Amino acid sequence: MRRGPSWFNLVSLTLGFAFLYLPIVLLVIWSFNASRLVTVWGGFSTRWYVALLQDSQLLDAAWVTLRIALMSATVATVLGSLAAVALVRGGRFRGRTLFSGMVYAPLVMPEVIMGLSLLLLFVAMRFDRGFWTVMLAHTTFTLSYVAVVVHSRLVTFDKSLEEAAQDLGCTPAQSFLKVTLPNIFPAVLAGWMLALTLSLDDLVIASFTSGPGATTLPMRIYSQVRLGVTPEINAVCTILIAIVATGVIIFSVAQKWSAAGVAKT
Amino acid sequence: MSRPPVSRPVRSEAGRRPNIGAVRSSFAPWNDPDATPLVRFESVTKRFGDHAAVDDVSLDIYPGEFFALLGPSGCGKTTLMRMLAGFETLDAGRITLAGEDLAGAPPHKRPVNMMFQSYALFPHLNVEQNIAFGLKQEGMGKKDIAARVAEMLALVKLDAFAKRKPDQLSGGQKQRVALARAIARKPRMLLLDEPLGALDKKLREETQFELMDLQAELGVTFLIVTHDQEEAMVMADRIAVMREGKIVQIGRPEEVYEAPNSRYVAEFLGDVNLFETTVEAIEHPMAHLDLAEAQAGFYVLDDDCPGPGSTVWLAVRPEKMRISLDPPAADARNVLAGEIWDIGYTGDWTNYIVELPGGKLVRVARANSRRFVDRPIGWDDKVWVSFDPDAGVVLTA
Amino acid sequence: MSRPRSRAAILPGLWLAILFAFPFLLVLRLSLSDTALAIPPYAPQIDWSRGLDGLKAFFAALDFEMYRRLGSDRLYFDAFISSLQFAAMGTVLALLVGYPMAYGMARCRPGTRNILLMLVILPFWTSFLIRVYAWVGILKPQGLLNAFLGLLHIPPVDLLYTPAAVQIGLVYSYLPFMVLPLYAALERLDQTLLEAAADLGSPPWKSFWQVTWPLSIPGVIAGCLLCFIPMVGEFVIPDLLGGPGSLMIGRSIWMEFFANRNWPFASAVAIVLLVTLIAPILLYQRQQAKALEAGR
Repeated sequence: MRRGPSWFNLVSLTLGFAFLYLPIVLLVIWSFNASRLVTVWGGFSTRWYVALLQDSQLLDAAWVTLRIALMSATVATVLGSLAAVALVRGGRFRGRTLFSGMVYAPLVMPEVIMGLSLLLLFVAMRFDRGFWTVMLAHTTFTLSYVAVVVHSRLVTFDKSLEEAAQDLGCTPAQSFLKVTLPNIFPAVLAGWMLALTLSLDDLVIASFTSGPGATTLPMRIYSQVRLGVTPEINAVCTILIAIVATGVIIFSVAQKWSAAGVAKT
Repeated sequence: MSRPPVSRPVRSEAGRRPNIGAVRSSFAPWNDPDATPLVRFESVTKRFGDHAAVDDVSLDIYPGEFFALLGPSGCGKTTLMRMLAGFETLDAGRITLAGEDLAGAPPHKRPVNMMFQSYALFPHLNVEQNIAFGLKQEGMGKKDIAARVAEMLALVKLDAFAKRKPDQLSGGQKQRVALARAIARKPRMLLLDEPLGALDKKLREETQFELMDLQAELGVTFLIVTHDQEEAMVMADRIAVMREGKIVQIGRPEEVYEAPNSRYVAEFLGDVNLFETTVEAIEHPMAHLDLAEAQAGFYVLDDDCPGPGSTVWLAVRPEKMRISLDPPAADARNVLAGEIWDIGYTGDWTNYIVELPGGKLVRVARANSRRFVDRPIGWDDKVWVSFDPDAGVVLTA
Repeated sequence: MSRPRSRAAILPGLWLAILFAFPFLLVLRLSLSDTALAIPPYAPQIDWSRGLDGLKAFFAALDFEMYRRLGSDRLYFDAFISSLQFAAMGTVLALLVGYPMAYGMARCRPGTRNILLMLVILPFWTSFLIRVYAWVGILKPQGLLNAFLGLLHIPPVDLLYTPAAVQIGLVYSYLPFMVLPLYAALERLDQTLLEAAADLGSPPWKSFWQVTWPLSIPGVIAGCLLCFIPMVGEFVIPDLLGGPGSLMIGRSIWMEFFANRNWPFASAVAIVLLVTLIAPILLYQRQQAKALEAGR
């Protein structure tokens, strides 16, 4: 007997989701408001989008951020997946406790501490801070998220499939590449997307580890927001939401298709 | 109000067929017009969408009875039980318990308890706390609870496991905790949903007898839902065979097995050979059935047999057929000639599959009551299969 | 049995050792150093040309100057306490809002559940910074909230740059982190357990406290830790929504670092913060490991 939601459930869900989405919806509305004031509707306008396109600093920052995110997410996905494989399939190797501690600590480590410690590292190593240091920093903290996502998929993956592949003549490496990887691929992809968004979104760690010439979008937004309300930022936000929403829709449709494809065969 | 079809009364003709089945039982409140049922299902219907999971079912269960609902999955037996427990609402009809209408009573206020198929033991509570759970809800005192829990633990022989959590128990132990928890509250009726489904064969057989003993000891009415015909036949006083939301037959295990009222029941309980034939003549008390494969036709008892010209099915159980390597007398009736098509040896029984000239397969079971056999039967042997006139049942549905 | 794949640990292990573990030693070292005029270097430095003596001199020169200052400065102590208060309060509020949500989600039909789950995760994919910033527009004196209150003839409230605004921002930003583990725990809950409780005479509200709540405790703990730990070190929310009165330690580190340029002092504050959080972090890791083992 799975009872449906009661009125109490419905009210708490409605209020909860209203709380979560109200600010986002407002940002989208404000981005099309001709007026600078949030309480006055000055008519529909795309002037903030036009202003945005002319703001070369903002566009540069977006480009830098995107490149950092793509690179760090890719490296983090490789490292994080390896870490997950080691944790799930590695057996009781030496230093496992330390290793798993290092893999999962960044998940809950305050960003300020991560940023500070990475900065000190780069200073000690006399690295010029900029694009590459942010990339390294982002790889380090997003790696853990990839590891969690892949880990949770790997534990449910039937190990005997891999053993069957080896029984049929695959080497351990081949069995991983030909059997395990295709099966956990959705999780690896999800981990990559998570790493990408975390990197795109990060302000604190980037602020600590970045240097001249490598201002990321969140850093740029932050400095503008500190100066006061700028409707351009609403437009940036709306574009980001549109990109995310499109990505999510494509992703879920693709998943449905692949699920349907599996069901057919 | 439509009553469910009851097994046809067994005609007792002096000297020839006094009783049906091999078990004598004096417990039969359902035949006593003065007995009051404990639970009555009256024209109960439950629909899920367009599909009627339970379709106009009426059923009486008497105090002290061990009643089984038997049927394949999806036949509505579990839904029927869950309606009694209060987990499903009725779309039509009513259910009374000791004369009281249960409509509107939520599950926690019904004097019945259920043993769940998955056992549904609370994983955060140990064995003792699981058993005490229902007693606490009644507001029973701490001392009384402890005493009752100890009593239950002794009853199911789990004294040593009182402090264990469910995930530290074996399947059989979990089953016994679930049982103890359900009977701790002294319910008017105990509902068991596939209680032995998760146990292995050996344990299942042991537990069947334990449950029967327990029921006799407690005197509680048991309602069991199962898809396993053997389980139902071993334990139950009466069985209701269900199909697509309806009860197709109710009766003692011997009745539903030896006197099924339809091909469905005959086939669902055990193995059966079905012959589609035409009634040639009624020569009371015998009926003559026409069948191409049997030269002299079939002569069987004419119980419920329709008049000449009608199409009927003759159902004969494999263990009631004989198999022989020698041809019978020329005028022998109920004889089929064929060739051995396959043999299955199970130790206590040997199953012979005989192919008749038309291609029809007939199954004959022979008890291996001897260790040494003069002339063993082999593949492709020519054999004759025969049965007595009272071995078969004439079915019209 | 295939060979354990422990060699997969080498690359990520090295990476994390260099870029995650080792830097903490640097933070520790720096927190024991003194501020030098130019930044960097700091005193002391290891004089490698003097060999072992240089190393000894280096250790001898380390001191607890920064920690002494930290202990004597009322401002930092207050910031620590108020960070913990903000985080504790924010966690409790997120639990109060998040539990009914997760519970409601778990009771929906599977199709609806997946959509709602997506909706909980979705905000997480949009910029955190921007979502916090949106609250500025809502809470500021001429903002949306006061416009709305004006319609109802309720006197305006001045929430922006107050502790209340920080609290709202914390709950808002970390709500998904609370809802997700709670939902995972509640969704796994076997419905027949609730039926069994009802069958054994327990009315629905009692079943909740006797069955649902105790079985969701792992989710509650995970959700609370997942909110509490990062909330303590939060920087963006107090910076954008809080006024001078809303002291939080994450912001103090940032200020010491970027505004006052006192790196050793910032490091000392970071070390103290880390020590404060080490217990909840270890607790969370144990919880996580247990959950992953159970998933097997």
